Amino acid sequence: MVFEKIVEIIGEQLGIDDMSEVTMNTSLIKDLEADSLDAVEIIMAIEDEFGVEIPDDEAEKFKNIGDIVKYVEAKK
Amino acid sequence: MNNTYSVGITGTGSALPEKVVTNFDIEKMVDTTDEWIRARTGISCRRVSDEKTATSNLATEAALKALKDANIKAEDLDLIIVATVTPDMSFPSTACIVQKNIGAMSAAAFDIEAACSGFLYGLTIGEQFIKNGIYKNALIIGAETLSKILNWEDRNTCVLFGDGAGAAIIERVEEGYGILSSYLGADGSGGMSLTQPAGGSRLPASIETLQKKLHYVQMDGSEVFKFAVRVMGRAALEVLKKSNISIDEIDYMIPHQANIRIIEAAAKRLKLPMEQVVVNLHKYGNMSAASVPVALDEALKDGRIKKDDVIVLVAFGGGLTWASNVIRWSQ
Ligand SMILES: CC(C)(COP(=O)(O)OP(=O)(O)OC[C@H]1O[C@@H](n2cnc3c(N)ncnc32)[C@H](O)[C@@H]1OP(=O)(O)O)[C@@H](O)C(=O)NCCC(=O)NCCS
Repeated sequence: MVFEKIVEIIGEQLGIDDMSEVTMNTSLIKDLEADSLDAVEIIMAIEDEFGVEIPDDEAEKFKNIGDIVKYVEAKK
Repeated sequence: MNNTYSVGITGTGSALPEKVVTNFDIEKMVDTTDEWIRARTGISCRRVSDEKTATSNLATEAALKALKDANIKAEDLDLIIVATVTPDMSFPSTACIVQKNIGAMSAAAFDIEAACSGFLYGLTIGEQFIKNGIYKNALIIGAETLSKILNWEDRNTCVLFGDGAGAAIIERVEEGYGILSSYLGADGSGGMSLTQPAGGSRLPASIETLQKKLHYVQMDGSEVFKFAVRVMGRAALEVLKKSNISIDEIDYMIPHQANIRIIEAAAKRLKLPMEQVVVNLHKYGNMSAASVPVALDEALKDGRIKKDDVIVLVAFGGGLTWASNVIRWSQ
């Protein structure tokens, strides 16, 4: 659930229609070519969607989508 | 609401220094690339004023053009407000210098400071005097020479800004036209993310402040970016709600020109196609208080904005501050 929603948010922010290859191991920056501002916008959209707060120093530790999913699941 | 008047913009003008500094020029000064600057900000070049030019020079030129455009004589002006974070000096105010330069001897004159939101703050302040019948007209100017307070060795800030001035005359207009609603806001708790630390009473100029480069702009870009993305959409929606105008009725949005990524995020939030958003930051960078009035002047002069159009102006900036106005164009 959280994974699907996060993937949807990422696809929408980056303007990627086909997100079928994306897994928990996909990296925003390395695999999806997001830059630092895309990453900030994605984190903000996730914060709004799930009503959680993700501090910068936590966000900087995320290595892949799985890390985001785990963080959100633990907080919400 | 007896005895209040509708207030609108009846003339505009802008002034830009001649010198163009491109991203390629900046590549020679700091460790950056044209590609990085364009991808992260949308900026390709900016104008930079020479040694002889202070903020009042640009403000005066923009003011004279706006007066001509509105067909008003300087001596008939009631009020001059200059919004700037780069005044010629602490006092006299830049507004008083402009008053002298244009010969507006019956006008009251003062500066305001709300950083990049300054022009919209000034517009909203000026509007009150005319709405209540105290004054018949006012000259509102957003003018900056940010280049003078930038650290040209700091790639985090020097790539972003440019110099310029924009001016508008406001007067009574036909009822139902002009400024329909205004929304001003501030959050001082975030203020330290964008500062010019020294030169005021907290840290008066000293050898130490100079050595530590505290007279230059300092910015936490990522904090400001997040604030901006959130507040631009919110401020636009709030001011629309106040005037009972729906998003579909907007003809143009004129946002503060800080970063194309912030503008795109705001447009997306409002579901407004980018064709309806006035953008000039690729040419001029972020001109702080001058960005919105210069963009407005351009969109009027090239014929984009016409009578009956609904325009949303929205800005954010240091302070932190934000401001928005809805205007139904009256001419
Ligand atoms: C300034 C801004 C474009 C910076 O973008 P950002 O993605 O936050 O940039 P970061 O500081 O995270 O830096 C990202 C990377 O680019 C590098 N970088 C920063 N500035 C750079 C520059 N001018 N040229 C080249 N590289 C630069 C960083 O070192 C960093 O590299 P790394 O990932 O290898 O560490 C962005 O934060 C912004 O627009 N903020 C709002 C500012 C604003 O509008 N201010 C005025 C308000 S009125």
